[in-house]
Amino acid sequence: MMRRSLWLKIISAAVLFGAWQIAGMIPVSYAFPTFFDSMGALARMAADGTLLIAYVETLRPLVVGVLISAFFGIGLGLWIGLSRKFDWLFSPIFIVMQAAPLAALIPLLVMAYGIGLTSKVFVVCIMAMPVIVLNTAGAVRNTPASLKEMGRSFLASDTAIILRIVIPAASPVIFSGLRLGISAGFIGAVLAELKITPTGVGDIITYSRSIADYPAMYAAIFSIILLAVLFLNFLERLEVYLFEGNVRGYASD
Amino acid sequence: MVMPQIKEAVDTAALPETDNAVVARSVSKTYGDVEALKNLTLEFPRGQLTSLLGPSGCGKTTLLKIIAGLLKPTSGEIEVNGKPVTGPGPDRAFVFQDFALMPWATVLRNVAFGLELRGVARSEREAIAEKYIADVGLKGFENSYPHQLSGGMRQRVGLARALSVDADVLLMDEPFSAVDEQTRRKFQEDLLNLVQHENKTFIFVTHSIEEAVYVSDQIAILLPRPSRVSEIIRPTDLRHKNTDTLRRDPEYLDIVDSIWASLRSYVE
Repeated sequence: MMRRSLWLKIISAAVLFGAWQIAGMIPVSYAFPTFFDSMGALARMAADGTLLIAYVETLRPLVVGVLISAFFGIGLGLWIGLSRKFDWLFSPIFIVMQAAPLAALIPLLVMAYGIGLTSKVFVVCIMAMPVIVLNTAGAVRNTPASLKEMGRSFLASDTAIILRIVIPAASPVIFSGLRLGISAGFIGAVLAELKITPTGVGDIITYSRSIADYPAMYAAIFSIILLAVLFLNFLERLEVYLFEGNVRGYASD
Repeated sequence: MVMPQIKEAVDTAALPETDNAVVARSVSKTYGDVEALKNLTLEFPRGQLTSLLGPSGCGKTTLLKIIAGLLKPTSGEIEVNGKPVTGPGPDRAFVFQDFALMPWATVLRNVAFGLELRGVARSEREAIAEKYIADVGLKGFENSYPHQLSGGMRQRVGLARALSVDADVLLMDEPFSAVDEQTRRKFQEDLLNLVQHENKTFIFVTHSIEEAVYVSDQIAILLPRPSRVSEIIRPTDLRHKNTDTLRRDPEYLDIVDSIWASLRSYVE
């Protein structure tokens, strides 16, 4: 119905990669490889296992951070959205978190939590959580009053109103918060590996750059973008599966 | 079924203690300094349709929500089947002006939602819901979502939801005001059938004089600031007449005119 044709996607990808290839061939910079060189490097790293080992390392803070952000983010957002007091108490924290210059704060995190997993998880959470919390809270606060009244008049308990009316009604905005938050989490994971200790994908990027192996560097960047896109697609499938009637055609399919 | 109820309607004026499904006793409601309702007393005979009619801001929706238990009166009380109202109850069901359908749920789940909240087993509540979906003329749309339906069809879903919980009293808050004129006329005819065949008490808020006269057994005219019942009209004779020719019946037109005459000075 609202699905764009496969052809459109293929053409769009071909145009983008074609432009990349041409820009690499000119070249716009000696540090900018062609598309095929980068894909070659990607295939090589995938084949010799470098990429796999790197992702095992990178995914750990990413997955832990994203899970914490999603779980506590939605929970806190619900709480803030339902209670004026908690809105007053917690909202400022997340607004500050969202505006904070994270790269400048990383040394503080390292001093407090060392260079291990904890600091990296923190970086992912600081990136991902505010938008999830603030979106959820806003959506919950704006639940249509007549839907809540409908629930009450049909004898719903307070819990039933939250679970069966407030959360589903807020779900489109909660999911858009999740999408934005998780994309930011991906950025945070790589940022942590570039700024704290070079491990995983961040290590490939740093190392390749230092030895001027630009195809490998761009291959690593490309792979993390690809992973993020695939994950966001999965998230959208999940949303359609859970709340089908809320969906009236989406940006990506 | 129908005729005796109409005869009773004539009697209720003489015998105040006849069978009233809902009674409002000196109900007042204030919002801060604003008096929305003042000392309002009104009886709603069982099995009949009572309209609350008045200019906007006269507190008719407030009264309906107090009867529903969604709002608490500042003073006074509401009795439903002789018991005082303390909150929403299984004896009342509400039809909303803006339909209040859950966009993420199918027609079937929306209609069954009242039963779902009461913990009725899935197969049972879906069987009941399917029956009422067919009754309101939406057979075949069970698995559609609200955004795929027209405004009129959405309100039919809202009506089916209210019917499926089998409450004694149906509270309708300007249910037809958000649908187009032709659908509205069809709705009014369907509503008359419903009042005849379902043994329920209907309380119907409207701002349309024609609509009130067309469907009501009893019309309570509310005047604003602060709201009180200024007049109760029982167009009893109209209920015996053929609904097809009702809209050009002289008596119908006279009643519409006289209501307008008493309301016009309050409409700015």
